[in-house]
Amino acid sequence: MPNETLYEELGGAAAVDAAVDVFYRKVLSDDRVSEFFDDVGMDRQIAKQKAFLTMVFGGPVAYSGKDMRAGHAHLIARGLNDSHVDAVIELLGTSLREVGAPEHLVVKVAAIAESARADVLNR
Amino acid sequence: MPELTFQGKTYAFEAGETVLDTLLRHGLPAAHSCKAGSCGSCMLRAPAGAVPASAQTGLKDSWKAQGYFLPCVCRVESNLSISPVGADAQLSGTIRSLELLSPDVLRLRVRCDAPLPFRGGQYVTLLREDGLARSYSIASLPDEGELEFHVRRIAQGRMSGWLHEEAGPGDRVSVLGPSGECFYVPGNPDQPLLLVGTGTGLAPLYGILRDAIANQHRGPIQLFHGAVHKGGLYLVNELRRLAAAHAHVDYSAAVLQGEESEDCLVGPLDKVVLSRIPKLTGWRGYVCGDPALVGLLKKKFFLSGMASREIHADAFLASVV
Repeated sequence: MPNETLYEELGGAAAVDAAVDVFYRKVLSDDRVSEFFDDVGMDRQIAKQKAFLTMVFGGPVAYSGKDMRAGHAHLIARGLNDSHVDAVIELLGTSLREVGAPEHLVVKVAAIAESARADVLNR
Repeated sequence: MPELTFQGKTYAFEAGETVLDTLLRHGLPAAHSCKAGSCGSCMLRAPAGAVPASAQTGLKDSWKAQGYFLPCVCRVESNLSISPVGADAQLSGTIRSLELLSPDVLRLRVRCDAPLPFRGGQYVTLLREDGLARSYSIASLPDEGELEFHVRRIAQGRMSGWLHEEAGPGDRVSVLGPSGECFYVPGNPDQPLLLVGTGTGLAPLYGILRDAIANQHRGPIQLFHGAVHKGGLYLVNELRRLAAAHAHVDYSAAVLQGEESEDCLVGPLDKVVLSRIPKLTGWRGYVCGDPALVGLLKKKFFLSGMASREIHADAFLASVV
């Protein structure tokens, strides 16, 4: 289907639901980044990760660059930098492959995630 | 500043105040407990649409539609007129029995004047006649006709002190509720269930366990009850009998400090559970009790493979009054 959006190609909300646990489990278990995900209750984190995945899947989400900046400012104070963004993008790719997303879509998702880097790091 | 109208009088809000703050500052007898929008003790009623949706979070839809809201988390920008909860949300009842289950846990049974629809594991706010309010989980099932609560004696606790030392059969109380999302849902009868709680976190789990059995749940049901010392365990014989009577039900007691024995495991509860069941993929979990431990167990279970949507929890918030 030529007019399908990336979000639809990936499987929409169901794909987000399938990926969110896999992805959040990976970041919580990864020593490089887990400390940044550790201090917020699980339910709120799951909701945040769903919003994040919906965004990088190119889906409908009310998540602005300003929100990304405000939401990560306190983490920058704790040392959040490029290496952590790299790790999260890497874990995102691993998660998507694990739930069966085709490689050309994984690449597109990584590109959207990459586009959020400046906002996340407040540059 | 906007004004609050309550029982025919108006009161000025001060900047940043919640509706509950305003009521208390004016010396009005407003029931409350957690002050965090969780327990439901302070619930009041406003005209539909008059309060922000955030002040109705967690209330059931039929209550939201009637304008019920939680004043402890409600801040408004314009004048607000409120009224007490109606008889439709509050039920009167009578204390039937009080029985010590351990040195500091009391089993309280209350019969309501009319049937209260609820699910085992939900909680209600218990109100004394003078308006003192605390929330307790329901350990019984609706067909038992009486509500069962497990009340731990808390140092300087006004409600628990009254129940442990002064209250008796025949005393009148009211209940407001039920609330809470931590209960058994039929529909996946072969799924393994993991029930873990500390202290009186056993109360909701006891309701959930028996609800699952009553609904002919077929998958394994593993209950772990944790305490600091052996003295904090209770209902041990009843739970052992329940496990003996149902081949798919297993009960384990665990303490943080003490000697390991045949009928009691020793160690941190998360480690005890995960050493028994290392992989939780496909399991449904219920976690109740101390908030810090509930948070930890949720995360550990999730990392051990339990899906996030399968984790049901009830963290007991302490009263702040």
